[in-house]
Amino acid sequence: MSNANPSGTLTGSHYLDGDHACSEGAIAAGCRFASGYPITPSTEVVERLSARFPRVGGRFIQLEDELGASIALLGAVWGGAKACTVTSGPGFSLMMEHIGYAAITETPCVYINVQRAGPSTGLPTQPAQGDMMQARFGSHGDYRLIALCPNSPQECFDLTVEAFNLAEEFRVPVLVMLDEVVGHMTEKVVIPPAEQIKVSERRYTKKKPGEGFKLFEASNGSMVPEMVKAGDGYRIHVTGLTHDERGYPAMNVPTHEKMQLRLQDKIVENADRIVRWEEKDLADAEVVVVSFGITSRVAERAIKAAREQGVKVGSFRLITAWPFPEKQIAELSKKVKAFVVPELNLGQMALEVERVVAGRTKVVPVPHVGGTVHNPETILNKILESVR
Amino acid sequence: MSEPVKPNPTSKYLRTERLPSIWCPGCGIGTTVNCFTRALDGSGFDLDKVAIVSGIGCTGRVAGYLNLDSFHTTHGRAIPFATGLQMANPDLKVVVYSGDGDLSAIGGNHLIHAARRNVDMLVVCVNNFTYGMTGGQVTPTTFQTAVASTTPYGAYEETFNLPRLVDSCGGVYVARWTSYHVKQLAKSMGEALNKKGFRFIEILSPCPTLYLRRNKLGEGLDEMKFYKEKSVIKNGASTTETDLDYRKEIVVGTFVNRERPTNVEAMEARMSEVLGAKYVPYESPGKKPAWA
Repeated sequence: MSNANPSGTLTGSHYLDGDHACSEGAIAAGCRFASGYPITPSTEVVERLSARFPRVGGRFIQLEDELGASIALLGAVWGGAKACTVTSGPGFSLMMEHIGYAAITETPCVYINVQRAGPSTGLPTQPAQGDMMQARFGSHGDYRLIALCPNSPQECFDLTVEAFNLAEEFRVPVLVMLDEVVGHMTEKVVIPPAEQIKVSERRYTKKKPGEGFKLFEASNGSMVPEMVKAGDGYRIHVTGLTHDERGYPAMNVPTHEKMQLRLQDKIVENADRIVRWEEKDLADAEVVVVSFGITSRVAERAIKAAREQGVKVGSFRLITAWPFPEKQIAELSKKVKAFVVPELNLGQMALEVERVVAGRTKVVPVPHVGGTVHNPETILNKILESVR
Repeated sequence: MSEPVKPNPTSKYLRTERLPSIWCPGCGIGTTVNCFTRALDGSGFDLDKVAIVSGIGCTGRVAGYLNLDSFHTTHGRAIPFATGLQMANPDLKVVVYSGDGDLSAIGGNHLIHAARRNVDMLVVCVNNFTYGMTGGQVTPTTFQTAVASTTPYGAYEETFNLPRLVDSCGGVYVARWTSYHVKQLAKSMGEALNKKGFRFIEILSPCPTLYLRRNKLGEGLDEMKFYKEKSVIKNGASTTETDLDYRKEIVVGTFVNRERPTNVEAMEARMSEVLGAKYVPYESPGKKPAWA
């Protein structure tokens, strides 16, 4: 860990919307390359980056489509930059192949997705949280990644910094999953002095070329290999094919198994270091509302109202959606009567809660088609129903 | 006593431990790689600073055999990957090496836009008129009436003239050779490597296993003879006169060699003009090695 570069960090109190706060988070985290393709409601992120980068030594390019945008940043990472791209629903779908490519090539990178209602073109300027399962399973094959869900512009800043740090630590694509409301709401965002912002630098190997460095070899007790960049003399090969520790294609089952399991295990076995959540009023809770993003802020009002009616209800807010905080939810499921899961989709993360709860207690989804947020009363009614 | 075997001068540019290659006997891709290594040999470049990017398919495998920093990316996306790589690390000399389907079909949009913005890269397109690795399907460069596995009754769409396409989009160096023209190709690759901006070299090359056999055109060697007989070198020819037709004259040569600011030069000029002292130029991470 080192400190953020003061030259780019916009220290102070600002009124920013979530999209702009993401841009500032990226800059503070050391991101100096971004590629993008315009799509509502995410565009403000790259609009701000395109304005700010020339003043802080960064480069932005607007590519011809999301396919180009979602791989240009990976090229930039192998060139030695920290890099991100930004999109929304349909663009996120187009980026899936490269999220898979980033996963198999262990390219540290950040994809910011400001979710809107879908499927397809859906409701371009209106909110949803409908990409949660796509975030987890969208690219083909088995892989793991990290997805963070801010619920305020402040968290858009904080979690974008975090996203870059986690990407470097685990050599994995990290997704910042906003929703349109969080992306477009304007609130106070406090950006600390650079020396108070912790930034993970890329873990470059200390081995010099010719000293037996292998680009995909778990080493030094870590499942995450060290990196190098192009131009340093290692003559690396990076491929989306199944590859051995040198990075050479090896189309056989033992190599595939070894590679796949490490890609999975480096996230699964480090879940305790990655998983983040926020809990409130859980000490006496009989009902737990599990929510994330803007929905968590709507749920707060329902929880308050339920408490006023004497229902012992608490809140568990997902900050990481993936990996899912399964240990914490499983533990809670032994103590409480019900989980209530409001989300701006027809029940995606509720499925995950059900999987983890495994029938030990009730799981009550509160689906919503998106386009607007829940009416808090809808959530309140489900809380009341769940304790009957 | 036999003479000791002389090392092949191309060996040091190859990952010889990965040989033999996956390419079929009579395929022209290996010949083009040989030319490329000869161009590198004469270039005097620091090979640590040359990076090669490929897409998918038979030619996509070139990256894996060259002993350079190499990236085997996704189908059609070698150019945008290379764009990110070059812009983030301008100390690299970036070469994209891929096939006709990869670069002009699935990657067609990236090709035209990289040429338009004059991204600093050399694109080598091995054009064998077919998708070799997936079984010989039709591509944008397949000639009319040629049979492919997805045009069993003969192709009927207009054929891409790739030099004309890239020229019209603003590429600064545009050439076409065949895998018969090894000397000219190596020289052309050397020229292109030494130039800045978007450079494009198309190489017509035999695919004996799928394209030639299916069209009853003989072996790889027959195709080389065909290239020898039918090619006409016209350096400086207008790319409006370089259309290809089935079994007809092939115009080869260096067609375009012009100067134009690269995308990064244009970006830096614009930012300096507008922002003045407030402009903070990008600092290449390539200046110092990661281990320093």
